[in-house]
Amino acid sequence: MSDKFLTGPSPHILGGKSISSIMWDVVIALIPVSLVSVLYFGLHAFILLITSLVSAMVIEGVFMAIRHKGFKHAGVIFDGSAAVTGLLIALIMPPTAPMWLVVIANAVAILLAKQAYGGIGNNIFNPALVARAFVFMAWPVIMTAWSNPLGLGNWFADLTTGATPLGGAEASLLEMFLGNTGGCLGETSALAISIGGLYLLLKGHIDWRIPVGFIGAAALFAFFSSQFSLYDVAFNLLAGGLLFGAVFMATDMVTSPTTKIGRLIFGIGCGLITMFVRKFASAPEGVTYAILFMNALVPLIDRYTVPKTFGEVKVS
Amino acid sequence: MKKFPGGIHPKYNKELTAGKPIVDMPLPKTVRLLLTQHLGPPCSPVVAPGDKVAVGQKIADTDAFVAAPIIASVAGEVTAVDAEGIDIVADQANSGFTGQGKIYASPAELRQLIREAGIVGMGGATFPTHVKLTPPEGKSVSTLILNGAECEPFLTTDHRLMVEQGQELVLGIKLLMEACGAKTAIIGIEANKPDAIANITDLTREFDNISVVSVPVRYPQGGERQLIKTLTGREVPVGGLPLDLGIVVSNVATAVAVHQAVSLGRPLIDRVVTVSGRGIAEPKNVRVRLGTPIAELIDFCGGLTADAIKVINGGPMMGKAVADLNSPVTKGTSGILAFTEKEAREYEERTCIRCASCVDACPQKLLPNYLALYSRKVKLDLAEQFHLFNCIECGCCSYVCPSRIPIVKYIQTAKNKIKRRRRK
Repeated sequence: MSDKFLTGPSPHILGGKSISSIMWDVVIALIPVSLVSVLYFGLHAFILLITSLVSAMVIEGVFMAIRHKGFKHAGVIFDGSAAVTGLLIALIMPPTAPMWLVVIANAVAILLAKQAYGGIGNNIFNPALVARAFVFMAWPVIMTAWSNPLGLGNWFADLTTGATPLGGAEASLLEMFLGNTGGCLGETSALAISIGGLYLLLKGHIDWRIPVGFIGAAALFAFFSSQFSLYDVAFNLLAGGLLFGAVFMATDMVTSPTTKIGRLIFGIGCGLITMFVRKFASAPEGVTYAILFMNALVPLIDRYTVPKTFGEVKVS
Repeated sequence: MKKFPGGIHPKYNKELTAGKPIVDMPLPKTVRLLLTQHLGPPCSPVVAPGDKVAVGQKIADTDAFVAAPIIASVAGEVTAVDAEGIDIVADQANSGFTGQGKIYASPAELRQLIREAGIVGMGGATFPTHVKLTPPEGKSVSTLILNGAECEPFLTTDHRLMVEQGQELVLGIKLLMEACGAKTAIIGIEANKPDAIANITDLTREFDNISVVSVPVRYPQGGERQLIKTLTGREVPVGGLPLDLGIVVSNVATAVAVHQAVSLGRPLIDRVVTVSGRGIAEPKNVRVRLGTPIAELIDFCGGLTADAIKVINGGPMMGKAVADLNSPVTKGTSGILAFTEKEAREYEERTCIRCASCVDACPQKLLPNYLALYSRKVKLDLAEQFHLFNCIECGCCSYVCPSRIPIVKYIQTAKNKIKRRRRK
């Protein structure tokens, strides 16, 4: 019999979820889009994915080592959150992005957008999108240099300059669904994004309200602004980063609302702003700014959508 | 059937004791009867060291309404009386109980009998039963809900009582209905206890006004407010009581105790305790005299295993860790659990990642993430604005939290701070 017993608080049993189990599940959910990006953009995509993943983890590790003067806390780089940020950043880069740019993007994400706020859980803005907004402004030419997908099997060929569907490239809806068009590495294949999204839904790591609000609002906006063209609806959903943003970016737990109604409002806001930018602003794509804008509103959304608690009823 | 919001599905682990009949534990050498075994102010002793007491004799009481007297659970000599409790050395020869059924002329007298027997809610909340059964001025009770959900993992005491003492339970229900004026009774039992459901259904077949309902298995189904929602579709108003809906909820063990107190004249001197967990050598359901040292009860179940690291009084979700194994079994002790290092593993608390798992799991539709945040930062006004006092401390939020934040602990601390501030 032990002399000393633990006296921790109730509950005395805990569920199986941990930060790292969630984060590594997100990494698993990103495998289909990563595979498709390598399938269509070959070695370029592969190198960018690895560079980004490794640099995110290394930068976070170095930061933790410096901040805590030793390697005691550097182990958090294996909690998967840096890995998620690294993968996400690669997946929102154009295929021709140079490796140094990806490393800079990761440094911005980890140091400026995450650790400067106090690390995991404390950041207001989605780190990967802050990084994208930063490098997009600093190197607009590189960030808008699009390429045609390589033919299947030509994985070691050079990329040729092309356009994205939003930039006027000719692509059938089927090609856009499969991912055989120009665009950022992870955003082209609606199919692969859906597989990853379904996995996260089944695991309970994302709430349907955000992607459904996002995609639904964008679809309705497209439907009415195009005078009821279903093609326009399908095109707007499949083109650009809308699906990728709705499934993997807007659903980031840290930077989205915690109330159920709040999540729906957040998703709808993202969808409307994205379409507003696409239709009325001079930029062809608006997903990044839509989500960042809505990130800023999250505390307010939470505050004004506090649900009625159980028993807040009128007694008749 | 309605669903209450949120809830979780922890591993129930009831198979350790669910099939084991209740066994009587031999009398302990000494008992220690605490003066507060109910929700409410403590009782004052009416005996002194050196007094001889008979089993069933009242040894502490109070004038407060929300309280129940303390009854000697054994015959013997009082050896010590202190601020917390009364010690009695048991007289092994004379501690068997014999008594006679009581006679009463009105519901009020019946409630008085229940009070004098020292009966409180035995599901763990220990709210004095006679108080619960007394409808306030101008209100009446229509329905008695009998809580046979037993949703806490590991615990099987109510389950065994429903299987083994169903007849006494039904008699107890009839007494409870009489005492509060309820016209109908509904017995809610979680679907994972088919033998209990079958037995009680059988025994109540002849009564049109008593029904048995199999309720879905989901923690905290046995929470009073959650069970009412499931069975009636109605929500108990915030800050109110089931009585506001004309409902009284009572637990299985309590109903059996009421029957024994009234029909047999046997006050609350013992209770059934599930002794379980992988840190217990031989898990059992044990009928034990109140005041028995937990250590003796554990010894009766083969003792602790070598790797036992945590002992819990109650269920794993809402029970309290026991620091001192000499502390006694009380009226609210539904279980004594011993966990091994593996089961009771403690984790480092990390930052909230706003995953909202707690929001989705909360059966009271609260925002536990903000309650924990404001409680920890001692922003008590904000915590109250987020309905701090509507939290039932069921533990669902802490259970699902991936950052292992002890949300319930923070909430309890904040509640205590506010209560202390109000008292000043």
